[in-house]
Parts: sequence; structure tokens; C-alpha cells
Amino acid sequence: MTDTDVKLVYDRPVGLAPRTTHYCPGCTHGVAHRLIAEVLEEMGELRNTIGVAPVGCAVFAYNYFDFDFVEAAHGRAPAMATGIKRTLPDRLVFTYQGDGDLASMGMGETVAAAARGEQITIFFLNNTNYGMTGGQMAPTTLPGQRTSSSPLGRDVETQGYPIRTAEMLSTLDGASYVVRRSLGDARGIRNAKKAIRTAFEIQKAGLGFSMVEMLSICPTNWGLSTPKSREWLKEHMLPYYPVGDFKVSEEAERIMKEVK
Amino acid sequence: MAKEMIKGNVAVAEAAVRAGLVSYFGYPITPQTELLEYLSARMPELGRAFVQAESELGAINMVYGAACTGLRTMSSSSSPGVSLMTEGISYIYGTEVPAVLVDVMRGGPGLGNIAPSQADYTQIVHGGGHGEYHLIVLAPSSVQEAIDLTGEAFDLAEKYRTLAVILMDGFLGQMMEPCELPPFKEVNMESPDYAVAPKPGRERRFLTSINIDPPAQEKLNIHQMTKWEEITKNEVRYKGYYLEDAEYVVVGFGTCGRIALTAVREAREQGIKVGLLRPVSLSPYPTEVLNELADRAKGFLVVEMNNGQMLDDVVSIVARRAPVHFYGRMGGMVPYPDEIGRAINDMIEAKAANDYVGRDDWLAQMREMIGQGA
Repeated sequence: MTDTDVKLVYDRPVGLAPRTTHYCPGCTHGVAHRLIAEVLEEMGELRNTIGVAPVGCAVFAYNYFDFDFVEAAHGRAPAMATGIKRTLPDRLVFTYQGDGDLASMGMGETVAAAARGEQITIFFLNNTNYGMTGGQMAPTTLPGQRTSSSPLGRDVETQGYPIRTAEMLSTLDGASYVVRRSLGDARGIRNAKKAIRTAFEIQKAGLGFSMVEMLSICPTNWGLSTPKSREWLKEHMLPYYPVGDFKVSEEAERIMKEVK
Repeated sequence: MAKEMIKGNVAVAEAAVRAGLVSYFGYPITPQTELLEYLSARMPELGRAFVQAESELGAINMVYGAACTGLRTMSSSSSPGVSLMTEGISYIYGTEVPAVLVDVMRGGPGLGNIAPSQADYTQIVHGGGHGEYHLIVLAPSSVQEAIDLTGEAFDLAEKYRTLAVILMDGFLGQMMEPCELPPFKEVNMESPDYAVAPKPGRERRFLTSINIDPPAQEKLNIHQMTKWEEITKNEVRYKGYYLEDAEYVVVGFGTCGRIALTAVREAREQGIKVGLLRPVSLSPYPTEVLNELADRAKGFLVVEMNNGQMLDDVVSIVARRAPVHFYGRMGGMVPYPDEIGRAINDMIEAKAANDYVGRDDWLAQMREMIGQGA
């Protein structure tokens, strides 16, 4: 044995608890959790933040995030976050929601919070299906995509069209910062982290509602390996759900430029 | 302080403000709307939180969030709106956070109408939402009592970490009465130990209503039942009138209890030994006093502005020791004192049928009166 210099280059951020994950192998929830925890640590806001967990795969998010958390009813996280933020306006308040929770059950609460310019941040994980209940069709399921409740592929004639949430919310004056990022590759993940930081900085500055939609993979319910899932995201999701900044208010733009 | 003429809805709103309300979230619905309107000006004026939510679903979940900070929060609504709120009510109870809800009941089912009703007794007292829970339910019969119970509701909600409901009806919400408001309480902005209100150096907290492990959920259910046992022991409230020598007892709550008092007074003038039991806490129910009365009364008459929802509770407590009669109006109709007076006389005349309990006679009488065949 020889002594070698050991340099720690990668560790669990202090904002995440040392717990075994219940998420499936390859799932990008872990990536999103880590990014949020890293950003709050870097901002020194871990003991000034309250998260709101959804109903869905991230229902137990409060087990992983090692700071104050509440767990909402299905879809109601933006309303719950509103109640917290209006009571404690000097704290950072965010929701963490999947596509069933946000774009189906909770679309009313989401649109209303954005329209009010509620000083909260929504992290929206879009993986085109209901993960927790076993991969049913979501509002975000792509045309023709097979799920356990659209076994022949989503038929837009009878099952309607997917919702582009970020684009839709960008039309609201109360929304200050609405962007979409992809967790499908390293570059996308880096950009997602930057967007998370920007969203929190915007909330801190009191500039209104912010949302970061993150395209995510669901290898278990998609029935694909993790590498193949990433390919599927690029091939099928990115054309329908392009990455981009859909709403950046003038004041938000100033902050966006400052975030490295 | 001098008495002022104040409308019920406004009086409850101001009483909540004086009880130290930190945040209010609501949605307009008749006959409750003045409460929301009043607070939309009053809360910002005092630098406190007010949001007109997108729906009652939104409102109750905002209350849920605010309640997780442990600071005083409330919402108000009326029957159809409260139906939407039952989701959040169940979650608030499950998470054991304190909140106050004012329900100004109106005629139903469905959209029904905007007239006074007590048709949501069962919904509020015996559930409404999913899972098993018991709310503290307080039913005032005057604007003054509504003011007093509002302050108590906040204290009880905090003491037991639960949801307390002020159950009123459109009559009380809309009526102006001379009343006296309480002095201002200091607003407490210090969150209790269990609440989410992060600050540097403090351990992290989380609040949830999920218990994926059935043994853990059952343990929590037992804890909540134990808490309810405690509430039942300590927090029963009722008003008794002329009960000392009463041979017959009328039981009614809220507006209907108040109207019944007039009828009871008139019957007393005629020499009839009748008294009134007016439950103020509908949950926990004044079981003990009713149980004692059942040992000596010759008959009971339950009066309600519904089809006999509290009647079922009275019947189960009286347990066939005396006949239990019923008189009620539905659909937003309010009984006159002389209607209740006639029902008192009917009860006394029918005393031979000692094992009678229920609403059959009343329903037959209503059909005849309204002119509708069976």
C-alpha cells in the first residue's frame, strides 16, 4: 500500500439526507433533487427554504431533501406553497411536481399561481407519463406514445393532445421566468442547474412567479434501458417540448445574466 | 365597549382579525361573501395576508400551507364550496395542523339556493371527506355568539392541532344584530415547534399526511382517537333553557335552536313544562346532558332546518327511553316559532306511542302541508 493524495471531487450535497433512494434505477428525479440541493447550498439558503412535495413518484421527496418540507394533496402544491409564502414571505418556497400532479390534477392551481405572480418557484418534472401509478397516460404523453392506459398509442382523436406547460404559462403577465431544460445529457443538466439558480434568485428578489420544466426519463415505465431512454428523450420529447426560455421578464433577464 | 349593529359575516371576520388572524384565503360564495369582502380590505390594511383563491380547492390548500407554519389562518365558504374543501379538510386533519373554517350553510343538494339551511350537519359533524376524522364544530345562534366562538375556535384549533369549524347558516351570516367585539389580541408570528418555519441553526422539520406503512398509520389513527377522546372530555358546550323541571325537551342548534326558544317560552306561558337543549358544540356532542335528560323526560322534539340529521344522533343517545319526535324545514325554509309550538303540542298529544322515534309523522305532515302526494 502506498499513500496517495486523495482529493474529494464529488460528494453528497449537505441539502440531501444520507438515505437509500426509492426511485428506480436511471430515473432523473435524483439528478433534479441533487441540483436543487446544490443550488440552495451554494446560495446559503438551506435553512431558509420550504419545499412542497407532490403526489406522484416524488411524494417522499421530503425524505431526501434535508430542509423543511411539506407534502401536498395531489395537484395542490402551488396553492399550499401560496399559503406558506404569504405567511412567511421572507422564506424561499418551491414546489416539486410531476406531470400528472401539475399538468393534470393541478393545472388550475398552477395557472392561478402564475397569473397571481405568486412569489414561488415550481420545478416541473416532465417524463410524459404517470410514474408512481405504473406508467399511465399523462397530459404530456406524446401523440402515438404507448402507456398502460393508452396501450395502442395515444390517439389524439379520442385522447386529445399533449400540453406544453411552459409555453402556456409564458403567456401570463404574472410569470417572470418560465423555461424548459432537459436532464437528458450532461450539458442539459448543467443548464438546468443554472435555471434553478436563476429561478431562486428571481424569487429572492421578489420578481414574481418562476417555473423550470425539466424533461426527464422514466426507464421503468418506458420499458427502456437508461441509455435508450436518454435517446428516446432526444428523439421524441425534444421535438415536441423544445428546450428554451419562454418567458423572461426584463428584471428577470438582469438576474439571468448574473447567474454563471 | 359600546354595542354596534354588525352583520354576522362581517362580525365573524372582524372577530377573527381581533383573534390574531395572520392569513385568510377564500372564494366568493353566497351567503358568505361579505366575510371575504370585508377581509379583502381589512387584512391588507393591517399588513396581513389575504388571497382570493381560484377556487375553494385552492383556498383550503392555501390554508393547509399556512397552517403548516402554525400561524393563525382561516377560510370561509358555504355548502357547495365546502364540498370542494373536504379534500383539504381531510389533509389538514391528517397532518394535525391548526386552522379555522367558517361554513355559512345554504339550501341544497346540488347548487340548491342561497337561503339559510342546516343541511350540512352530517357532512361537517360526521365526516364529508375521506378517511376517519372528527372536527371541532361550533354552532352559534346569534351574531354575538358567533363572535365569541370565533375566538374560541382559534384557541381550540391550536390547543389540539386540528380544524375547528364555525357552522352557521345564511340567516346568521346575513343578519345584523347589536353586538360587542372583543379587544385586539396580539398577533403571534412565532411558529410552534412542530411547524415549518426554517431558520438558521434550527433542525429541519417536515409535515405530511402520508403513512405508507399501515401499522404506522394505525398508530396515528389511535393517537388521533385519543386526542378526540380528550376533546370530548374537555370541550363540550351547550346551553340549557328551562331544563330543571322539564317534562318535555326540545333539541335544536343554531338559528333553529334560537327560534325553538321562542316556541318553548310561549309553551311555558301556557303552563307546559318544556325546556330547550341547544348544543353549541355539535362535535363533540353534548351527549352526557342529553343522556341525563333521557332518564327523566317524557318526550323529545328535535327541530332542525334539514331532514333530521342531528335527529339520528339524539335518537341513538336517547336509546328508546322516551319518544323522539322531529320537526324540520328544508330547502332553505326557516320555521316560524308557531310551527315549532304546534310540534310541541303534537309531541305531548302523541305521548301514548312511547316507543316512537323518527321522522315519519313529520314527513306525512309536510307532504300534506306542501301539497305533495307520496
